[in-house]
Amino acid sequence: MSLDASIQLTIGPLNLEMQVTIDEGEVVALLGPNGAGKTTLLRAVAGLVPFRSGHVRLDGKVLEDTATGEYVPTERRPIGFVFQDYLLFPHLSVLENVAFGLRSRGTSRQAAVEIAMRWLDRVGLKSYAGSKPAELSGGQRQRVALARALAPDPRLLLLDEPLAALDVTTRADVRRDLKRHLDSFEGIRLVVTHDPIEAVALADRLIVMENGRLVQSGTPAEVTERPRSQYVADLVGVNLLRGEADHGSVKLASGPVLAAAGAELGEVFAVVHPRAIAIHRTHPEGSPRNVWSGRASSIELLGNRVRVRIDGEVPLVAEVTPAALKELNLVEGGEVWLSFKATDVAVYPA
Amino acid sequence: MRRERVPIVVLVLAAIGAAFFIVPLLGLIVRSPWRDAVTALTAPETVEALKLSLFASLSATAAGLVLGVPLAWLYARVEFPGRNLLRALTTLPMVLPPVVGGIALLLAFGRRGLVGSWLDSTFGITLPFTTAGVVMAETFVAMPFLILTVEAGLRSMDRRYEEAARTLGASRWRVFTRVTLPLIGPSLFAGAVLCWARALGEFGATITFAGNFPGVTQTMPLAVYLLLETNQEASYILSLVLLLVSLVVLVGLRDRWLGSA
Repeated sequence: MSLDASIQLTIGPLNLEMQVTIDEGEVVALLGPNGAGKTTLLRAVAGLVPFRSGHVRLDGKVLEDTATGEYVPTERRPIGFVFQDYLLFPHLSVLENVAFGLRSRGTSRQAAVEIAMRWLDRVGLKSYAGSKPAELSGGQRQRVALARALAPDPRLLLLDEPLAALDVTTRADVRRDLKRHLDSFEGIRLVVTHDPIEAVALADRLIVMENGRLVQSGTPAEVTERPRSQYVADLVGVNLLRGEADHGSVKLASGPVLAAAGAELGEVFAVVHPRAIAIHRTHPEGSPRNVWSGRASSIELLGNRVRVRIDGEVPLVAEVTPAALKELNLVEGGEVWLSFKATDVAVYPA
Repeated sequence: MRRERVPIVVLVLAAIGAAFFIVPLLGLIVRSPWRDAVTALTAPETVEALKLSLFASLSATAAGLVLGVPLAWLYARVEFPGRNLLRALTTLPMVLPPVVGGIALLLAFGRRGLVGSWLDSTFGITLPFTTAGVVMAETFVAMPFLILTVEAGLRSMDRRYEEAARTLGASRWRVFTRVTLPLIGPSLFAGAVLCWARALGEFGATITFAGNFPGVTQTMPLAVYLLLETNQEASYILSLVLLLVSLVVLVGLRDRWLGSA
């Protein structure tokens, strides 16, 4: 009981080549920057976008296979789709929207209304049954869209940026509700998002994609602790370096050698947390094995800390307190030294 | 709020332009023999012409909807070779002199016409100079308005609603009837009303293809033209009726669907 999709397609600048398998009961978040092809992949799984080669199998049944020419049209796939801006039918009432899928699949009017009412009750919108979508708030519309997708009892639920259309103030509440509803649904759930907070909050497993390719997959903890791409490193807020390990050191691709306690042999990623990096105005003397010079290219206040981007032999981001920054008397463009200990470098195979 | 000064030349030309339309309408209103209005409107031939006009124009609108919506859908949704040419051909009557349209219809559906001779010899059906001929002539001239309006509506609608319906298990027919048609409702309505108004006022193609037989093919515009020779005052009154109908349609359309800014 699972989803097994392998899809290759080209649309405009996007060259998508992805393989996704999801097990029964799993919530998987497809995470990636805009233009990575997340939505396209979702639409291809739904049968809304034709692909060059590949297959989509759900619970062992073939929905589409370019090798054999099999194709089950979208309307006959056991799927539920929550669109980014929900696409509730504006001319139908909330109840009619939720009942639409049931009616389409042959449920009698009376039974469809009963089931739709139950769903509206579950998402707390029973009293809005007769309203038009335009009369609802963004969060309410999102819940109607979810109820509409779930009412026909699909095997696979696809959600495209389910929270992106909401403003920041309601997003946290709606996310909590969404999490609850996703947890109570037993089929396979695939959520597309570009928001790491959303991904971590909703999903058991993350699939990170960039430029149509898979870059990393794993539990939220695995992905955030061991980023494998600049995109993920930026999301998590750590410095990601890549090089050749040689017993306690890593020779970076750009030339410099990094002292890293855990390094053994072979191609590795090295992660340094910005908090572990100290900034000095003069060459520091002391135990840290990694000492580099550079120029502070940007200084950014983020809550109770300051992120300083330093361009030099190795571009890095350091985090210090506002007080420390003041003491350093540092402005953008200023020359600095930075240091961090070999034990503060996390190393793992590339 | 600071008001922009309107150039005097623009004002003068605009005033002349407006007067050009308003003065004839005023003429119609002022010179109509209001005392005889009731007599003119209740005259048997007027009632017959009015009934025939309503029947024929509504039939033409129905025919336009049944045949025009599928055409519009094809133009908006399907890429096929010759699409632009076909669209041009099916909307040609918008710019064609209606008399030419009538002659073309005669050559196709007349007793000796391309299709007409076969219809006549095989089924004994003759179309020219019948009420059916009136409906055909009006449909020929009026349907293009509906085709273009509905096509524009189909092109501007958000097709993702159709995709959403498909993910909910709706067949193509259900998507079309329950999602597409309601969403283009305003265009459909506007197209139908334009088509109907054009059919109601149709003259040239009708008189050429269907002739001018009271009770059978004599519609309001034909009656007005004929009365101009025999009973001018009655023709004024009938003109006024047609004018009012057009005005109501136009104002109604502007406010409800064309979105006056």
